[in-house]
Amino acid sequence: MHQFLQQIFSGLAAGSIYASLALALVMIYRATDLVNFAQGEMAMFSTYIAWTLVNAGLPFWLAFLITLVVSFLGGMIIERVVIRPVENAPVLAAVVVTIGLLLIFNSVAGWIYTYTVQDFPSPFPDRPVFGALMTTRDLGVIGVTLLMLVLLFAFFRYTPIGLAMRAAAQNPASARLCGIRVGRMLAIGWGLAAMIGATAGVMVAPVLFLDPNMMGGVLIYAFAGALLGGITSPVGAVVGGLIVGVTENLVGTYLIASQLKLTVAFALIILVLVFRPNGLFGTAIVRRV
Amino acid sequence: MEKRIAAPEILAETPAVPATANGWRWIGIVAIVVIAAALPFGLSKYHVFELTMVMIYAIAVLGLNILTGYNGQISLGHGGFFAVGAYTAAILMHRYGVPYWATLPPAALTGFALGVLFGLPALRFEGPYLALVTLAMALATPQLLKYFDTWTGGQQGINLVKPEPPALLGIDRDRWLYFVVLVVLVLAIRIAANILHGRTGRAFVAIRDHPIAAAAMGINTARYKTLAFGTSTLFTAVAGALAAIVIGYVSPEGYSLFLSVSFLVGSAVGGIATIGGAIVGGFFIQFVPNLANDISDAAPWAIYGLAMLLFMYTMPRGVVGTLWPWVMRFFAARKTAAPFAARRSERA
Repeated sequence: MHQFLQQIFSGLAAGSIYASLALALVMIYRATDLVNFAQGEMAMFSTYIAWTLVNAGLPFWLAFLITLVVSFLGGMIIERVVIRPVENAPVLAAVVVTIGLLLIFNSVAGWIYTYTVQDFPSPFPDRPVFGALMTTRDLGVIGVTLLMLVLLFAFFRYTPIGLAMRAAAQNPASARLCGIRVGRMLAIGWGLAAMIGATAGVMVAPVLFLDPNMMGGVLIYAFAGALLGGITSPVGAVVGGLIVGVTENLVGTYLIASQLKLTVAFALIILVLVFRPNGLFGTAIVRRV
Repeated sequence: MEKRIAAPEILAETPAVPATANGWRWIGIVAIVVIAAALPFGLSKYHVFELTMVMIYAIAVLGLNILTGYNGQISLGHGGFFAVGAYTAAILMHRYGVPYWATLPPAALTGFALGVLFGLPALRFEGPYLALVTLAMALATPQLLKYFDTWTGGQQGINLVKPEPPALLGIDRDRWLYFVVLVVLVLAIRIAANILHGRTGRAFVAIRDHPIAAAAMGINTARYKTLAFGTSTLFTAVAGALAAIVIGYVSPEGYSLFLSVSFLVGSAVGGIATIGGAIVGGFFIQFVPNLANDISDAAPWAIYGLAMLLFMYTMPRGVVGTLWPWVMRFFAARKTAAPFAARRSERA
C-alpha cells in the first residue's frame, strides 16, 4: 500500500511537468489552431540557457527568472519570424515548419552543448516528507506548476491584455475591428507558451538530466495529457497531464515492462479519442457550413 | 532529371491539358522509360543503390500523398507502416524461405489490413489531432519491434540474403533490384493514378475539401476515409518490403520517428496532392540529409530543418504543385498564339 501511494505521488510530480507542457500546447492551439511540434525542443533549449547561467555562477532563482524572460522574447521572435510566413498556408505547411523548427533546435543544442548528458541542479532539497510518501523535490515541482497555473488564470481573467488575447483567439476579425493588435497577441501567446515550456524544462531537468533529446518522451506524454483533457481546455490540460503521469507510473510499476511506456501513452491517446473525442473537459467544436 | 520523371504523370492529372499536349505526353513517357532503363548502366553500383532507394521512398511518399494530399488526413506514423511491410517481408523470407518477390503481396495485404484497422479510430480526429496520434504511433513502433523479439529478432533485427538476379540476364544484383523496384514504382504510379483520377479519387478530394458537402452529396465519408487510409498504407508497406529486400537487413532503429517525419517532409516538399511530387520527395529524403551533412558537419539537422522551412516558405504547395502550372503555361503559350487562348489557359 505504501509503495502504491508512493508511486501515485511521484506520478503526480511527473504529471505536473507533463501538465505544464500540455498547457503550453493548449495555449498555442487555442490561439492559432496550430499544434507546435517544437514545443518540447524549445523547452529543452530554454533549460540549456538556465544551465549556462547557473554554471556561470548565478543563483538558481535569478538564472530561472532570466531564462523565463529570454524564453518569452525568444517565443515572440519565433512567432514573428518563423511562423508568421505560413500563417495562411495549408495546415501541412505549418506542421512541417514546426517540425523543421524541432530539428533545428535539437541540432543546434547538440552543436553548442554536445550530446553529453549533463547534471542539472535542483532548486529543492531532496528530503522525504509525509512519512516518505513523497520528497520535497516532488512537492516543489507540483507547487511551481500550481503557482504558474494560478498566475496564468489570473492573467487571462483579470488583466486587459489577457482579455485582448482571449478575444483575438476567439474571433480574430472582430477583435481586430475593436482595435486589438491580433498579430501582437499571437506573438505574446507564443512567448507565454515558451515561458511555460521553459518552466517545465527546468523542473524536469534534475530528474531526467539534461541532453538535447530529453524532451522527446515528455512531449508525447504532454500531448497525451492535452488530448485527454481536451485540447481546447487549459484546466483539462493540467488534469490530463496529471492523469497521464500517474497512469504512466502505475502501469510501468505494476503491469508491463517500462520499455513499453511510450506505447502505453499511445494506447491511452487512442482510447480517449475513441470514447471521448473532445477529451474530458474539451468542448466540441461546432463548424458552420 | 527528377522533373522529367515527374512530368507525364502530372500531365495526366491536370484536366485542363489541351489535346495537342497528348503528343508531348507520349514523347515524355518514352524518353523517361528509356532514360530510367539506361541509367543503371552508366552509374556506379552505389549510385544505382541510391536511386533504388529514391524510388522506394517515392512509393512510400506516394502512399502518404494519397492519404494526406488527396484525403486531407495528416499522418506522422507512416514509418510504422513502412516497418510493417519490411518486417512482413523479412519474417517471410527468413523464417519460411519465401522467395523475395512473393513477399510483396502479403506485405501489401498486411499494410492494407492494418491501415483499415487504424483508419477506423482515425475517423474520429482531424488535422493536428491525427498528426499527434500517428506521431505517438511512430514513437511506439521501435519499442514494439524490440518487445516482440521472438518474431522480430529484437534489437539485433533480421539479416536477409540478398536475392540473386536471373542468370541469363547477366546483370549484377544491385542493377537487377533497381529494375525490380522500377517496375513496382511504375505499377504503383499507374494504380494510384487510376484510383485518384476516378470516382474514388474524386470522393477522396471531395471529403478533403468539404466533408459536410461531400456527405450531403451521398459520399459515404467513413468508408472512403478508411479506404484512403488502407490504400495509403498498402503502398507504404510495399515500399517497406522492397526496402527490406534491397537493404537486406531490418532492425528497430531503422524505423524511428525520423523516418515518418521524412515521409511527411518529402511529401510536403514534393507537392502533397500530386503524383510526381512523390518522386521529388524520394530524392529529398535520400539526398538532402547527406547534402546537409556536407554543408555542416556539426549541425546537419539544423541545415535539414532550414531546408524544410525554405521549401515551405517559397513553395507552400510543394515543388511540383508550385512549378507545374508554370510549365503548363509555357507549353500552352507556345502552341496557341491567339491572345484569347493564352488568357484562358492562364486562368486554368
